[in-house]
Amino acid sequence: MTDTVRELTYAQAIQEGIAIALERDERVFVMGEDIGVYGGAFQVTGDLVQRFGTERVMDTPISELAGAGIAVGAALTGSRPIYEFQFSDFATLAMEQIVNQAAKLRFMLGGEVSVPLVMRFPAGSGTGAAAQHSQSLEAWFAHVPGLKVIQPSTPHDAKGLLLAALDDPDPVLIFEHKLLYKSKGPVPEGYYTEPIGKAALRRAGRDVTIVATSMMAIRSLEAATLLAAQGIDTEVIDLRSVRPIDRRAIVDSVRKTSRLICVYEGVQQLGIGAEIASIACESEAFDYLDAPVIRLGGADCPVPYNPELERAAVPQVEDIVAAAHRCIGGRH
Amino acid sequence: MQQLAESASSAPAVYRRHDPAVLRDALRKMILVRRFEESAEQAYMRGLIHGTMHLSIGQEASAIAATLPLTDADYITSTHRGHGHCIGKGADPKRMFAEFFGKETGYCRGRGGSMHIADVKRGNLGANGIVGGGLPIAVGAALSIHKQRSTAVVLCFFGDGANNEGAFHESLNFASIWKLPVIFVCENNRYGMSMSVERSTAVPHIAQRAAAYDMPGVTVDGNSFADVLDASEQAIARARGGNGPSLIECETYRLRGHSKSDRNRYRTREEIDAWSARDPILRFEQELLRYGLIDAATVEAIRAQVEQEIDAGLAFAQQSPAPVRAELTRYVYTPGAGASDDRYRA
Repeated sequence: MTDTVRELTYAQAIQEGIAIALERDERVFVMGEDIGVYGGAFQVTGDLVQRFGTERVMDTPISELAGAGIAVGAALTGSRPIYEFQFSDFATLAMEQIVNQAAKLRFMLGGEVSVPLVMRFPAGSGTGAAAQHSQSLEAWFAHVPGLKVIQPSTPHDAKGLLLAALDDPDPVLIFEHKLLYKSKGPVPEGYYTEPIGKAALRRAGRDVTIVATSMMAIRSLEAATLLAAQGIDTEVIDLRSVRPIDRRAIVDSVRKTSRLICVYEGVQQLGIGAEIASIACESEAFDYLDAPVIRLGGADCPVPYNPELERAAVPQVEDIVAAAHRCIGGRH
Repeated sequence: MQQLAESASSAPAVYRRHDPAVLRDALRKMILVRRFEESAEQAYMRGLIHGTMHLSIGQEASAIAATLPLTDADYITSTHRGHGHCIGKGADPKRMFAEFFGKETGYCRGRGGSMHIADVKRGNLGANGIVGGGLPIAVGAALSIHKQRSTAVVLCFFGDGANNEGAFHESLNFASIWKLPVIFVCENNRYGMSMSVERSTAVPHIAQRAAAYDMPGVTVDGNSFADVLDASEQAIARARGGNGPSLIECETYRLRGHSKSDRNRYRTREEIDAWSARDPILRFEQELLRYGLIDAATVEAIRAQVEQEIDAGLAFAQQSPAPVRAELTRYVYTPGAGASDDRYRA
C-alpha cells in the first residue's frame, strides 16, 4: 500500500522505514548508542524499542569499533544489521572494520560472501557542535571500492533509500544531514524503495546545471528560485548516491545547459566535486561546456564553533547564487 | 624406539572421552598443517609463490585441538597465521595451495592469498590481515547465532599481539554483556612480530584479562594437545549451554620468523632450540604411542598419506588456471543489485 501520502519529517520517515523493515524481515535488527529508551541522539529510533523490544532494537556501549565489526560479523552470518553511529565523526573510531573488513571481505574471499549491512551516519554542520561533531566525511568512504555511499535529502528518499539499502547485498553507508531531520515532506505509507545509484532531477532548467548532495541540494533549490527571479533558469540534480555515482545524469544535464556547478558540504579540495567535474570533462559533455566548472564545497578548515564562522565554512544559498552568476558571466 | 605401551585406560581423561580414531585423525591434521607450511615455504624459496606468508610451525596443537570439538555449524575467525585453523576446520589443502599460487581454484579465487583464506561453507569466516580484525566479527557471528536460536558457537583465534588492540577489549566486553557463545582463543607465541609479551603487555598472563570482562580465563600449555583440547571442550560446552564467552590462552611458540622479512634479531638461538624440543606434534605422537592409541606403523602410514596429499595439492595448484585480467574488478560488489558503477558509466 503506497497510495496514501502524508507529510512526515525526515527523522519520522527513517523511523517508519526501520519499522517496516523490522516487521517484514526477522533478520533485521538495529543497534547503536542510546537508540533504545533514549530514542537516539536525534530521535530517529524514537519508540521503536517499545514496539519491537530490546532484541531487535539494541543499545550498545560506546564502542564503535566493535559495534561496526559486530555488524560485519552478523551480516556475514544471516542477519541484516542496521548500525547507527551517533555522529558520523565517530566513524573515525571504526574505520578498520568499515574499510578493511566490510568493504573488502567479498572481494578478498573471491565472491564467496556478501556483507549486507546498513550503517547510518548523522552528518554535517550547522548545529553549533564544532569540529568533532560536524564533519561531512562521505567522500572518504566513497573512495573505497566495496562500499556504497548514499545521501538522501528528502523524507521520501530517506525512507525509500533506507529500504533499498536493506534490500542490497552489499554494505550501504547512509549519510543523513542533521539539519534535515526536522524537515518535512510527502512520504508514501508502506513499503517502497528508491534506486541506489540514481540521481534525482529536482528542477529542470536550461541555463546552468547544479549537481549537489544532501543539504546542499536543498540550498541549491532555494538558490534556483532566487535565480529564476533574476532570469537564470537553473537545473538542479540531487546526486543522492555518491557511490555508485550517476554519470549519465551529470553528462546529460551538462550537454543540455553547457554549465556545471558542484555543491557539497565536505571539504572542497579532493572532494566529491572533483569527481563530478571529471565526469563532465572526461565525457562527451566536455565539448558542450561553455564555462569553467565551478566547485563549491566546504572551507579548508575544521568546522568552527562561532555561528558566523560556521556559516562561512560551508556553502550557503547566497554563495550558490553568486556562483551561478559567475558561471553565466563566464560565457564565451 | 617404541616404548612399551601403557594401557589406554591410563590415558588422560580428555583422551578417554574420544574415539582413538578421532585422536589419530587429529595427529594426521597436525602433520598435514606442518607439511603444508613447510611445502609452501619451499615453494616460496624456489620462487613459485610471491608475496609473503606467516607460518605457524610449532603451533599446530592449539589450532587442531581447539577446533576438534567444532561441527560444520560452528564458526571460526582466524588470523594472518591461520593455515592450521583452516585445516582444523576442514579446509582442503589443494584449494589452500591454489590460493597461495594465486589461482582461480583457490579458496579466494586467487584474490586473497595466504592471509585471507576462508571456507565459509564450513563455517570458516576467514583469516584476517589486520591484527584484532577478526574479534568483533566473531562477536557479530555469535550475535546471529543468538538471534537464530541456534546452539552453534564461534571460536575466535587471535595472537598475543591482538591483546593490546582496542578491538580485543571492545569485543570481550560486548560478548560478555550480551552473554554470547564465543570462545576467544589467544595463541600466545610470545612475540608480536619482534616485541615480546613481557615488553608489550601489562599482565603476565593474557588470560588474566578475562577478569576485566567477567568471563573465565585459563592459561594452558599450548603445545600440549590434551591441555588445549580439554580447555576448548569446557569453553565450548559453556558457550553451547548459553553461559557466555570464555578466554583461553595457549602458550606456544612460532619456530619460524614472523614473516619472510624476519632476521630473528630479537630472540636467541637457545630459545628457539628449547622450544623446538617441545614440538607439539612429536609430543602428541609419543603420547598416543604410549597409551596404545596408535602404533608406529599407523604413524608411518599417516605420514606417507600426508606426503601424497601435499604432492597432489601442489600439482593441483600449479596446474590450475590463473584469474584473467578482464575480471579484475569482479567480486567488488554482488551482481544484480545495481551495484556496479558501470551501469551508469557515461
